[in-house]
Amino acid sequence: MRANDQVIFENVSKFYGDVLGVNRVSLSIPPGITSLVGPNGSGKTTLMNLMTGLIRPSRGAIRVLGIRTDNPEELFRYVGYCTQFDSFPKGFTGYQFVYSYLRLYGCAHGEAEDLTWKAIERVGLVEPARRKIAGYSKGMRQRIKLAQSICHGPSVLVLDEPLNGLDPLVRAETIALFRVLAEDGMHVIISSHILHEVDQISDQVILLSNGYVVAEGQIRGVRSEMQDHPMQILVRCNHPGRLAAKVFEQDSVVEAQIHKDGLGVLVKTRDPDKFYLLLNHIAQNGVTIESVAPADDDVNSVYEYLIGSEEAGR
Amino acid sequence: MNPLWITQILAVLRLEMRKTFLSKRGFWIYLLAFLPVVLFTSKSIVEMKMGRTGDFGQDTNVFATMFQLFFLRLAVFFGCLGIFMNLFRGEILDRSLHYYFLAPIRREVLLAGKFLAGVIATCLIFTTSTVLQIAGLYWSHGWRVFSDYLMNGNGLAHMAGYLGATVLACIGYGSIFLTAGVLFRNPLIPAAVILVWESINSFLPSLLQKFSVIYYLKSLCPIQIVPEAGTFFAMLSINTDPLPVYIAVPGLLLFSAAVLVAAGFQVRRLEINYATE
Repeated sequence: MRANDQVIFENVSKFYGDVLGVNRVSLSIPPGITSLVGPNGSGKTTLMNLMTGLIRPSRGAIRVLGIRTDNPEELFRYVGYCTQFDSFPKGFTGYQFVYSYLRLYGCAHGEAEDLTWKAIERVGLVEPARRKIAGYSKGMRQRIKLAQSICHGPSVLVLDEPLNGLDPLVRAETIALFRVLAEDGMHVIISSHILHEVDQISDQVILLSNGYVVAEGQIRGVRSEMQDHPMQILVRCNHPGRLAAKVFEQDSVVEAQIHKDGLGVLVKTRDPDKFYLLLNHIAQNGVTIESVAPADDDVNSVYEYLIGSEEAGR
Repeated sequence: MNPLWITQILAVLRLEMRKTFLSKRGFWIYLLAFLPVVLFTSKSIVEMKMGRTGDFGQDTNVFATMFQLFFLRLAVFFGCLGIFMNLFRGEILDRSLHYYFLAPIRREVLLAGKFLAGVIATCLIFTTSTVLQIAGLYWSHGWRVFSDYLMNGNGLAHMAGYLGATVLACIGYGSIFLTAGVLFRNPLIPAAVILVWESINSFLPSLLQKFSVIYYLKSLCPIQIVPEAGTFFAMLSINTDPLPVYIAVPGLLLFSAAVLVAAGFQVRRLEINYATE
């Protein structure tokens, strides 16, 4: 494989003053879906900001398909980045958000309009596209950001926690979209702290901890490791009581508690996949699921376990 | 077909104009810009109600004084501060600058587009105010006297001089505040330093005087004001080294260009690291 088919980090370090962002990262990311996995603060976003040139490395060099990252005018012809930053130009509709980006890209009006609708259609936001983003739900905001990052047909797509805030059905559709993009030969680089999604969608996994890459490659064992360690998930919905009663019927659910604000259920499960399938079923039967998110403390503890075992195995 | 950079500058312009004109945050700039209009118009209304007509020559001096001491030094100065400083700094605080930085656009082209948007916005606001101030001030004299001043006197030349000075003030202060917004996190400190620097311009050595905007603007104002000797205003308005227009205009434009080049270097190196802002 040619070097310029890859995203290459050569001994890259980034420090924010005295604070370590990432340290001595050397990576070579091929086409396909690559997941950056690690707890909050592990350096996932720093790595993504480095590969898109939003920040510069303190040491080392990065090349994306052979392009230096301090050359945005060339880099972003080939790269799309869906950031975690959840702010939009004031007063914009979803359509305007994507369309204006394409005009900045240099597209003429007709071409920009055409590409905008194609991208919006791909993320399933045609109906609300003319509404102001300020009135969008978190999931819709995620999807319009995704539309903006794919609208110009990039070869490398960088997605920072793209599944955050998506309900189970949209999550499944979005994952399917990532697969299609990867099958087209695109680099799809995703950061996530939702462990069970890692081996579902990735060709390669990069495990990060405290700014270091602790493991990379195909980590097939993640799912089985997780089954020994229940994962805690917070589900926001309109009928927490009904949801709690339903999920408790599942064997793998260890615990289901109404959240202290009364607007959701905290679920501990040994089989997140099975749980998400059940959620899809519940969502189709009268309970409106507003968001699904892992509860951080428990995720961190699972990471500690995984990362600990990786390090122990070296 | 336009070259890519022109298409991109136009795209930045469209985005920025919308933000600049519709921003609630900028309401105070309109207040500042149109305060002299309210004052001059009120004066004319009072005079007309009392059946009096002011002294035309005195009104011309009043306008010249207000223009130099309040409008240029404070209204345009702070208006440009509010608009240009926010072009980059405001977006960093709003965490929205990455929208531009994720597009395949040269950072210098982005800077040019934003600067142009700021210049268009401030010029529209402040030249409109200048025209309305003149109309408001001379209203009580009647159309015949005013048209005579325009057509047979120095009126048109004066008006062109004031409008030109306003446009150049927007360009000059705009370039400084855009650069300050890129370089500094807190706009108050550089704004205070620049305000003091502009105010003490008359007392600086000849070489240092050239590194300020007011130095060029004073020479462009059509009427030199003559406040009472020894007063604070006299110290501010004294022009020890007046420049001919053919030097003042290119001088100010060159000064602004140099400041913008410095901003270009900084923008090229700018990182998006909202967490530290």
